[in-house]
Amino acid sequence: MDVTDLLQLAIYGVVLGSILTLGAIGVSLLFGILRFSNFAHGDIMTLGAYAAFAVVSTLHAPVWLALPVGMIAGALVSVAADQLVYRRLRRTQPVILLISSFGMALIIRSLVQLVWGPQDRSFVKGIDMPMHFGDLMVSPQQLWILGGTIVIVIAVHLFLTRTRMGKAMRAMSDNMDLARVTGIDAEKVIVWTWALGGALAAAAGVFLALDTRLTPMMGWSALLPIFAAAILGGFGKPYGAIVGGMIIGVASEMSTAVLPPAYKPATAFAVMVIMLVVKPNGLLGARR
Amino acid sequence: MSIDLSGLASYGVFLLTLAAIYGVVSLALNVQWGMTGLFNIGIAGFYAIGAYCAAIVTTPPSPSHLGGLGLPFGAGLMVAMAVSGLVAFFVGLLTLKLREDYLAIATIGISEIIRLVLKNEDWIGNGVRGIAGIARPLSANPLVYLAVVLLVLAATYFAVERARKSPWGRVLRALRENELGAQAAGKNIYRFRMEAFVLGSMIMGLGGALYAHFIGFVSPEAFEPVFATFLVWVMLIAGGSGNNKGAVLGAFVIWVVWSGTELLTNQLPADYVTQGSALRVLLIGVLLQVILLRRPEGLLPEERPHVGASPASSAEAEDEA
Repeated sequence: MDVTDLLQLAIYGVVLGSILTLGAIGVSLLFGILRFSNFAHGDIMTLGAYAAFAVVSTLHAPVWLALPVGMIAGALVSVAADQLVYRRLRRTQPVILLISSFGMALIIRSLVQLVWGPQDRSFVKGIDMPMHFGDLMVSPQQLWILGGTIVIVIAVHLFLTRTRMGKAMRAMSDNMDLARVTGIDAEKVIVWTWALGGALAAAAGVFLALDTRLTPMMGWSALLPIFAAAILGGFGKPYGAIVGGMIIGVASEMSTAVLPPAYKPATAFAVMVIMLVVKPNGLLGARR
Repeated sequence: MSIDLSGLASYGVFLLTLAAIYGVVSLALNVQWGMTGLFNIGIAGFYAIGAYCAAIVTTPPSPSHLGGLGLPFGAGLMVAMAVSGLVAFFVGLLTLKLREDYLAIATIGISEIIRLVLKNEDWIGNGVRGIAGIARPLSANPLVYLAVVLLVLAATYFAVERARKSPWGRVLRALRENELGAQAAGKNIYRFRMEAFVLGSMIMGLGGALYAHFIGFVSPEAFEPVFATFLVWVMLIAGGSGNNKGAVLGAFVIWVVWSGTELLTNQLPADYVTQGSALRVLLIGVLLQVILLRRPEGLLPEERPHVGASPASSAEAEDEA
């Protein structure tokens, strides 16, 4: 294990971190506004990836064209879940929503399995030769993931800071009552938050599938590191999610230098637990 | 015809035994969630600990896994409960002071790590090959074992019901309903939460041990962690969270429904049979949403104390304080 190997792991870590970041932004936004941890988030990722896969496999479209389709599917299913179930449960305790989202996760995952079958699938047929930079290797897919994440994160930033809806979201996340008093239509903001969170999750799912493979369990397995990233950045803080995602991603990949790769999720969990003990409000969080 | 009948009877015994084991776990979750409001979705982790402890303590010595201590059934149950409780204590130490979401996420993490460790550390439980040959106590006859399990279920029910009615149980309900109020009344919230969390996890370990002796085999994949955890949650919510009778009733009803969906999916054309488990999970997921929307209090709602307590009961409350 020399410096090159560690750098290589760091590159993989940044790629994984990008995927986790996109997932964690959605979890964090939803938490900020609805005060509950969405356990169906990972399975929305899976659904988005499979929707994009359907476009790629039936229309032979390139992945970058299928990505928006996957994102729209993720947004629509999230909004539908909210309108059919969550909306009616919002007045009860947030924990009831949490149980419901746990059930929703299983519903979405079984639907994906019923439609596409339990076997592994892949966006890319055959093996693309990785590009070499000195002794380091990066695959074209990984460059797509990095580039795509940067574009999406900038778009989310512009949305949250420049549009009325984005500002309303941040206002509701900061102080629900105050936001309502100023005349913000809470229901509308909630629907938009579901749409945005679902679209981002779907993008994360497409990227995860591009980096590995499609399986019905892919999103659920990513949920724990995504929660870890969201907690690390401070729940309810979308910008913290970026920092959290990168730290968890790099830490998980670097851990393979000393631990068997099977323990990657355990590393994410360990970082999260240390964080919870040392600074429970997250790196960028001060409130609550 | 007689063959059919005996087949049916043995299926019935099988069904009842598993339902009773789930009843024990459902009671355990009721201690944590129903009575105290602690959100544990790592049930499968504690269940697995219990099952492995029973396997390691009661099987004869073996080079392929830890122990093989060859001790009796009862010793296995004790160790299963002790180790589950110990793990729960450490999880609680880290998370019980935090918000409920964090406990939920931490319990999922713990159960995932337990599964990873059991899968990758061959020296503990023979890795993915698992541990076989876990004998049933007294006799291999499934009817005898059903009686044993029902006995444990009854004992657990009376213990948990007694705890619920005790001053201790009332404090748990108080801090579930109004944390600040309970704190203002001088109750150490953290200590009560820890006790409920550890007790519930110990009973989950007990359930796992009963399961190991019934099936005779444990492996990291034998538990289908997500389904086991999810199914217990559906059982408790359907039966009536906070009500111990409801917890047991929910376990039996949902286990029969869950087993019934298998008969249903077996009728599917051969091409779709492999998809049967996905369809069953889909049905049970939809069932949970319907229960949450239509009857969130469950089949047997929690008995709430009457508002405006009689003088006798308020005097009693003062005695405890």
